[in-house]
Amino acid sequence: MATLDYFRQEKLPHIWCPGCGHGAITGALVRAIEKLGLDKNKVVVVSGIGCSSRAVGYLDFDTLHTAHGRAIAYATGIKLSRPDLKVIVMTGDGDCTAIGGNHFIHAARRNIGITTIVMNNEIYGMTSGQYSPMTPTGMLGTTAPYGNVERPFDLCKLAVSAGATYVGRGTAYHVPLTIDLIEKALLNDGFSVVEAISGCPTYLGRKNKIGDAVQMLDWIKDQTINVKAAAVLPPEKVAGKILIGELHSSKAPEYTASYRELIGRVQRRYDSYIGEVRECASNSD
Amino acid sequence: MGKIVKLMQGNEACTIGALAAGLDFYAGYPITPSTEIAEMCSEELPKVGGRFIQMEDEIGSIAAIIGASLTGKKAMTATSGPGFSLMQELVGYSSLCEIPIVIVNVMRVGPSTGMPTSTSQGDVMQARWGTHGDHPIIVLAPGNVRECFDLTFRAFELSEKYRVPVIVLADEVIGHMREKVELPDPRSIKPTKRKAPTNPAGYKPYAADPDGGVPLMAPFGEGYRWHVTGLFHDEGGFPTSKPKVADTLVRRINRKVDKNVDDIVDYASESLDDSEVVVVSFGSSAMSALSAVRRARKEGVKAGFLRLKTLWPFPEKVVAALAAHAKRVIVAEMNLGQVALEVERVLGRGASGGKVVVERLGKVNSELFHPEEIYAAIRSDAAVRGDAKGSK
Repeated sequence: MATLDYFRQEKLPHIWCPGCGHGAITGALVRAIEKLGLDKNKVVVVSGIGCSSRAVGYLDFDTLHTAHGRAIAYATGIKLSRPDLKVIVMTGDGDCTAIGGNHFIHAARRNIGITTIVMNNEIYGMTSGQYSPMTPTGMLGTTAPYGNVERPFDLCKLAVSAGATYVGRGTAYHVPLTIDLIEKALLNDGFSVVEAISGCPTYLGRKNKIGDAVQMLDWIKDQTINVKAAAVLPPEKVAGKILIGELHSSKAPEYTASYRELIGRVQRRYDSYIGEVRECASNSD
Repeated sequence: MGKIVKLMQGNEACTIGALAAGLDFYAGYPITPSTEIAEMCSEELPKVGGRFIQMEDEIGSIAAIIGASLTGKKAMTATSGPGFSLMQELVGYSSLCEIPIVIVNVMRVGPSTGMPTSTSQGDVMQARWGTHGDHPIIVLAPGNVRECFDLTFRAFELSEKYRVPVIVLADEVIGHMREKVELPDPRSIKPTKRKAPTNPAGYKPYAADPDGGVPLMAPFGEGYRWHVTGLFHDEGGFPTSKPKVADTLVRRINRKVDKNVDDIVDYASESLDDSEVVVVSFGSSAMSALSAVRRARKEGVKAGFLRLKTLWPFPEKVVAALAAHAKRVIVAEMNLGQVALEVERVLGRGASGGKVVVERLGKVNSELFHPEEIYAAIRSDAAVRGDAKGSK
């Protein structure tokens, strides 16, 4: 199947601004799916709200454009109901790390088999340029007119600490790397996170005078360094750089598999629930 | 195997009703006084191959059940006031995207944290209008333990039939009260299966009669590859900004309930035929109301009783019919007059022109009505005022 066959081509062109990195990242996801030869009928892609989350409308799978911040929680219901499906979340930095932060860390803690692609453009683009939890300190946004005084998350470190079993960071500039990371994330049996740094020339770029779309990609390139290269460089050459590449891979029981195991155990013990209705304890809080 | 005869709580009966309806999936967050439902689902669902998950909050809980429902599963959550408030945004998502879900709200007294173990009926309007925008919703109010079984079962049936969220609006007394109940063997009950399309080719997920038609819903993962969005969408399910398409969509989803009121509305009544004073109530308040009405009847007062089992859509017909005999209608509810507002809308307010006087008997001190309070209200009309302790 060709790459374009995974798109709802009649829904193109997309709504993103010229120079936006989200198209490259969506393309990277589709190319990873193509490389793995996944069955289109067994993939569900779930998104939240924001520029990133519009991606799902263009993809030819069962697709779910949910409410702001809630994509991972919806995806949890789908994955637990149908563990055989490949469940992918496409979200943005605001959607995932602000309003949806709680669902993100708990999905990581459970190690549920969901692949989460965070399209991080470091700004709220859909609402025209407010600072997000991923906006670097000092940068301008429409709600940070004097420069952002907050500190951004290191989303990948957060994911690892919360229990995600595959974590990587790519960018809209490093497309082959991003495809590779997403492919590995899709193969991981557990909660996988790929942060993909995207460029927003329209709001982040213009407000901060980073330049046009090409200069924005250069800006991304210049501040990142591959984790493998960083490993052999002296610390002063790595200081201040954002690490890209595979940042974490580990093994842990996948949540829906553990639950299926529980069902097997319980069903061996009870062949019927009728008459097994137990007393309920009284409690309060 | 057979019928279940047992002393049980309302929350237990509610869970058994859900299982009888074919519950596959429960997601929830602990909150008094509904927690027993989650506890029981965590124990019972794996036995039948179903799934239980305790989510990180109530927003995640309703999101997860919507996701599960999209895969064709029957899904439910249970909560109380504070958690129900958190769920409101996605109640609207379920309404607009027409994804069947059941939410049990075992009401406790509020606003805010209130008194977690104390009863109330203060969520009547929130259950109807808690989410933004004009949306369809069905709200059922059980009045005893057996009805927790019946109405939870019915909630699933209605939710699947009309593709709307259905709220089972119990209250703390109903949820925690224990009664001896006889329930049918859950396996003798045949719940309705969701109507699904049969061919992915040309599937239009939101194609339906504009006059309240219910579209066919394909489960995810079966080759239909459809799109669901909380944006206004066309028949194909994709976002639209066309005013005409938006208008057709919003009117259609609301018509699903509006044109089927007679199918949805249910109530119980006693001695309505000649009643000059009628007590309208629901849930646990109605138990006290019925006791008061019977006592007044025995004393020769032409008193009647109407208990609403469906709160939304509001049972306008039966309330309007009260005007044939009733001079006074007392609305007894554990809030400051939420159902009374609807009764006044239907009957007029008496003083402002309607011939029936609607009296609000509200209570918000966290206690159940004593029958005496309602009896006193019945006997406080001009002719007999002073016979009993006044209560307004």
